[in-house]
Amino acid sequence: MNWTATAVALLQVLVATLVAPLVIGITRQTRARLEGRVGAGILQPWRDLRKLLRKETLQANGVSWISSIGPIVVMASSLLVAALLPLISTVALPFVPDDLFVVVSVLLIGTVAVALIGLDVGSAFGGMGSSRHMMIAALVEPTVLVAVYALSIPAGSSLLSSIVATRLDAPAVILSPVSLLAVVALFVAVLAETGRLPVDNPSTHLELTMVHEAMILESSGRDLAWLELGSWLRLSALLGLVANLMIPWGLATDATVLALVVGTIALLLKLTVFAAALGAGEVFLAKLRLFRVPELLAGSFVLAFLAVTASYLVT
Amino acid sequence: MSDNLYAQLISLTAGTLLLTAALIVWRRSLRASVRLLAIQGIALAGLVAVLGWHERTIELVLVSLLVLGLKAVLLPLVLSRNVLNHDDDREVPRLNPTASLIFAALLTMLAYIVCRPWMGDTDDPTSRAVPIGIALVLIGFLLLITRRRAASQLIGFLVLDNGIATVAFLTATGVPLIVELGASLDVLLVVLILQVLTGRMQVKFGGTDLDDLTELKD
Repeated sequence: MNWTATAVALLQVLVATLVAPLVIGITRQTRARLEGRVGAGILQPWRDLRKLLRKETLQANGVSWISSIGPIVVMASSLLVAALLPLISTVALPFVPDDLFVVVSVLLIGTVAVALIGLDVGSAFGGMGSSRHMMIAALVEPTVLVAVYALSIPAGSSLLSSIVATRLDAPAVILSPVSLLAVVALFVAVLAETGRLPVDNPSTHLELTMVHEAMILESSGRDLAWLELGSWLRLSALLGLVANLMIPWGLATDATVLALVVGTIALLLKLTVFAAALGAGEVFLAKLRLFRVPELLAGSFVLAFLAVTASYLVT
Repeated sequence: MSDNLYAQLISLTAGTLLLTAALIVWRRSLRASVRLLAIQGIALAGLVAVLGWHERTIELVLVSLLVLGLKAVLLPLVLSRNVLNHDDDREVPRLNPTASLIFAALLTMLAYIVCRPWMGDTDDPTSRAVPIGIALVLIGFLLLITRRRAASQLIGFLVLDNGIATVAFLTATGVPLIVELGASLDVLLVVLILQVLTGRMQVKFGGTDLDDLTELKD
């Protein structure tokens, strides 16, 4: 069981890594088509990555070792998140619990690493981006914890795999108001955590409003490739989690080959639908002013809080 | 209808009521608030219809149609006419949205705590949804206190009324048709009168910010 669980986790990491640039490609392509542009095609993020990986890494004068290992830490934390979340199967790794607190802390390692890279260069943009990034992270963390806590009450466990397995067994739970509120809150938190609209605009450069782009402005070549792939992987893994919470069908519950193939195909379908929906939704959204962001996140926190209240005091 | 489905539908409609109330507290735009109020009316009508279906009383189904027509169509229509008349539909509340949202969450918790001794250990889905009605009443009061514009205070009043109706339907499994008709007409009349008053205020003073109306003018 030990080896099969590890193999399943490796499969998840492999599929998520291969799919992550395509998810970004689909969002960008959907958005381009809806805006009346031709778009670069869904393979463009892969081409970008290949180009960046071939290039030499240039670093600014006077940077410390943080800039060298930061991108690797970001990538590693995203890979670990992809291994821990129940994306293809609910078979959990035996030696690292896929507990909600573990996942949130692994995500936070990546967040802090990106913020440190932004600060390390010492440019004005980087520091500004980092401070904004940390503000958003601090506001998102409670929402994620409270939302997943509300989801964990029906399952009686804070292991993400058993939460998803419970929803697979009893689909009636999915439409209950508690879980609806919690999933909506979690979705807003995921958008903020991965720097999508309306919190951060991923497609702009050199504006005073940018957050994620400001921190990686000074990175180049291979470092930039790892940073980009890490953040894409994080988006795909978290989107996959939300998708599996909303539509758990197709998820493999054991480690047989057939179940895993079905699980992989189901994951690909769900991610395609969610990525297209995300791109389509972003067409109608404008970026919020930075000072309005706490309002949005307080709103999602209140939704999660209401979910917990409703599920606790009622039953 | 199976008991499971009944409980699901009750909690779904009640959850929608609570969610729309929270979103009304969140949004500043009056247009969005009116739209949310219409959704809340639909959820309330759905709640009544589910109750009527479960109890097999035709009267409740009629009441649900009445609620649908009044709270989901007529009142939002009357309100949106007023809102659409002038371009500036931004509300500047006394309390910023973040603080009022947290207040709304605390009020919801208060509603659950207050209802707890009276709910007991009951498993009945209708009495488990009663706290949501009380939470709506409290959130309606919060809106009445914190909003400045006349139209959005009216929205607060209607949320309050929806809360009272929810509690009435859930505890008494519906009120007689004639009583509901009377109460609905009352609300409609109040809204129409206040609407006319708001329109007059708009014409006379050029704004409906109630804070500006503290002094007598000739």
